[in-house]
Amino acid sequence: MLIFTILLDGIAYGMVLFIISVGLTVTMGLMRVVNLAHGAFAMLGGYLASVMIRHYGIPYVPAAFLAAIACGALGGVAELTIYRPLYRKGELAQVLLTFGLIFISIAAMTLIFGPRPIDESMPKWLEGLVDVGFRTYPTYRLFLIGVGAALALALWFIIERSLFGARLRAAVDDPGMARAVGINVNLLFTLTFVGGCALAGFGGAIGAGILPIDPFYALRYLVLFLVVVVIGGLGSFRGSLAAALAVGIIETAGKYLVPQLGSFLLWIIVFGLLLWRPNGLLPAKTAS
Amino acid sequence: MNQPITPASTPQLNLPASGLTALRPVDAWHLAPWIIALAFYFLVPPGFHTLGTNVLVMILFTLSLDLALGFAGIITLGHAAFFGVGAYAAGVMVSKLTPDPIMGLLLATALAGVLGALTGMLILHTQGVAMFMLTLAIASIFYEVANQWRSVTGGDDGLTVPRPAALLAYFGFEGFRFDFAGKTAYLYALSVLFVWFLIAWRIVKSPFGRSLDGIRQNPRRMRAIGTPVWWRLVAMYGISCAMAGSAGALQAHAIRLVGLKSLELELSGIVAVMLVLGGERRLYGAFLGAAFYVLVHDWAAAINPFYWMFVVGALLVAVVLFLDGGLMGLLDRIAALFGRKKSGEEQASGDAK
Amino acid sequence: MRALPSREEAPVLSIRGLCKNFGALAVTQSVSLDLHPGARLGLIGPNGAGKTTLVNLLTGMLTPDAGDIILNGEYIEKLKAEQRVKRGLVRTHQINTLLTEHTMRDNVAIAVAERLGYAWRTLRFGPQWRACQEEAHAQLAELGVAQAGDRRVSELPYGQQRLLEIAIALALKPKVLLLDEPGAGIPSTESHIIDEALEKLPAEIAILLIEHDMDLVFRFAKKITVLVQGAVLTTGVPAEIAKNPEVRAVYLGRSQQV
Repeated sequence: MLIFTILLDGIAYGMVLFIISVGLTVTMGLMRVVNLAHGAFAMLGGYLASVMIRHYGIPYVPAAFLAAIACGALGGVAELTIYRPLYRKGELAQVLLTFGLIFISIAAMTLIFGPRPIDESMPKWLEGLVDVGFRTYPTYRLFLIGVGAALALALWFIIERSLFGARLRAAVDDPGMARAVGINVNLLFTLTFVGGCALAGFGGAIGAGILPIDPFYALRYLVLFLVVVVIGGLGSFRGSLAAALAVGIIETAGKYLVPQLGSFLLWIIVFGLLLWRPNGLLPAKTAS
Repeated sequence: MNQPITPASTPQLNLPASGLTALRPVDAWHLAPWIIALAFYFLVPPGFHTLGTNVLVMILFTLSLDLALGFAGIITLGHAAFFGVGAYAAGVMVSKLTPDPIMGLLLATALAGVLGALTGMLILHTQGVAMFMLTLAIASIFYEVANQWRSVTGGDDGLTVPRPAALLAYFGFEGFRFDFAGKTAYLYALSVLFVWFLIAWRIVKSPFGRSLDGIRQNPRRMRAIGTPVWWRLVAMYGISCAMAGSAGALQAHAIRLVGLKSLELELSGIVAVMLVLGGERRLYGAFLGAAFYVLVHDWAAAINPFYWMFVVGALLVAVVLFLDGGLMGLLDRIAALFGRKKSGEEQASGDAK
Repeated sequence: MRALPSREEAPVLSIRGLCKNFGALAVTQSVSLDLHPGARLGLIGPNGAGKTTLVNLLTGMLTPDAGDIILNGEYIEKLKAEQRVKRGLVRTHQINTLLTEHTMRDNVAIAVAERLGYAWRTLRFGPQWRACQEEAHAQLAELGVAQAGDRRVSELPYGQQRLLEIAIALALKPKVLLLDEPGAGIPSTESHIIDEALEKLPAEIAILLIEHDMDLVFRFAKKITVLVQGAVLTTGVPAEIAKNPEVRAVYLGRSQQV
């Protein structure tokens, strides 16, 4: 039965990673901008949802949605003011500036909410266990798996089936060509950025039971989010889903089976994968 | 060689005398950092030397990053791995192998350099995001090893390093004992920094250094002139990692506490901050950036550590968006305002940096 | 200057049955060419004929699926790009590929240092680097651009950047030089600077000129090879190529005069 526990826990964990990282993979694939501060939006979502639940009595799910909207709005402002001048600069400038944004987010969250992690604010209906036939399993994790799967399906529909998605894929594939055929790549990017930040905020809010919210959140999980993006392949939606689930399952398996190794196993695998496929497992771009 | 058909109008080539032998008055400011460092030793009251040593260690660490990231263009977010390797190696050596600091320093430097070259061989085939993710992965692997290998590293308790033997005890000279005020440690760190600075200075002016600067600008061009790009990057990365290992070893000897913090992502980020703050590819940028960072941090963090993080973050954003070339770039612009030395000498001294 | 070598001399570069496929598309189909010392071979062909692929195969950016590349009697198709350069197979680039933050002279001097094996020197290099600078200066003087030697490449006019591409290649003392559209981007009113540079190329170097500008090819080349759909259509002296009806058919409807 251990294998089922590992799989289910791993998938729940992977779904949280996926919801938070999927926006990052599309923005990094589209504008080739390295955004280390993406996790800060997830952290903000977690904080905002918690405040709304505790202080304003807003129910869990609407609070998560409101937090997502707020994060999306803030993401839009950040994109227009801070990120836009970065596209023309090199990778190093992007790495440094967004690293600076992480520092700012740590300081700001500490000043506002204090240095300790906030308690989970889970509603009654998510606590406890559900009978899944052969055993019982925590409701919260099943909820995460369900929400993640639903979001993945919705995103798949938007990206693969809608006009917006077609434009997006064209722009990821070849921004120059997309511009030439009249796609407003800048607007597309702003919209994607807003969507990605909103998803991150949502993921941060509902994933707080797995990735606890504290001021160092953006720095602590930064590498994990980047791993999902890079292993999956920049700009690759399917890749990020596969990579997120893989990372979730590997991390969980490592914790259950070889706890003495810590995250060592994950890092060795990441290292090997990147050497083997530097462009990720399912790269969005077909060009070499 | 073909006979050059030199037209009458071809100008004569007047090359400046090379090397450190011809120190022109305009270059006298090269002495300034060292004079300031020595003055610090003699002038500050006891108790401040350890802070000074911290600055020197961070300058050396930043200088190592300038070679890899600034000149060779290797975007690494895992340089703390090699600082940490040097620190742990030096710390363990004092307690288990030999108390002689010079031996420890040399071995720690060599170990970091070899590990750097070996990991460099693996990662320097890749480019861009994949490469800096690989540097992150290496740093994380080193971190996990240090975290789990408690018998040697002390895990998250850290490693308390015994006092090393007197500096030149190996040669039978007991005059330089590591004192409680840290004055000997300061001179030790300053000497090591000076030696490494001279090496770095020669490297960046050498054909080797120039070819790496070329690889940063345009690897295709360098391949087209027959440069073995990968080997050359591996060599520079190895040198840079050795230097980072030296900085770590100095910290182990002088501060005598080695912890997991010296392997963390945060330190890799901070050293990059110090580099851009001071200015990349300037060598002295490492001096300005690291000194500014450590000193202001020491002062501001005492007031409120989180306030300081805010300042660092805002500084980074400001430098990237508005201050190309960091503090050295700012100095250049101030010097240009006074506008005494025009293009010729500006160019010459610019090359020297 | 040496006298022009005779035709009977062994070719310095031989291409034998070179093939390259991208998926189902055969971009290079059994191409064979010989370049003798002193050769001036023009390579022309319509867009998509596989000229760029051929250059990439020769320089080592791509590996061929079949066939041999023989440089001075040595099979080099398995060698890396930089190893081919060291053996004397040098190229220029269609799009300027320069160290834009360096001066013009340093661009050439770095190439000289690489050729002479000084580029691994780290701590002791004074006289060697000086020698590289002097040779670079002489090389620039030969092309008539030594006055601009101290200027950063990013500040140079485009035409001088094109000349610098050639100067760097010559500083490597090539046996075979691939000129990849040396005139690309230069307005026809200024194309004489490239003509003059080409005239000054040392006579003993074998040169393969890939060029869109037909006037330039017909002025410069002693022989011309026409590449169509990855295969050699014909090879001949310019006058024959100009009269060849097949070549005319290939270019029919195009504005270039053939």
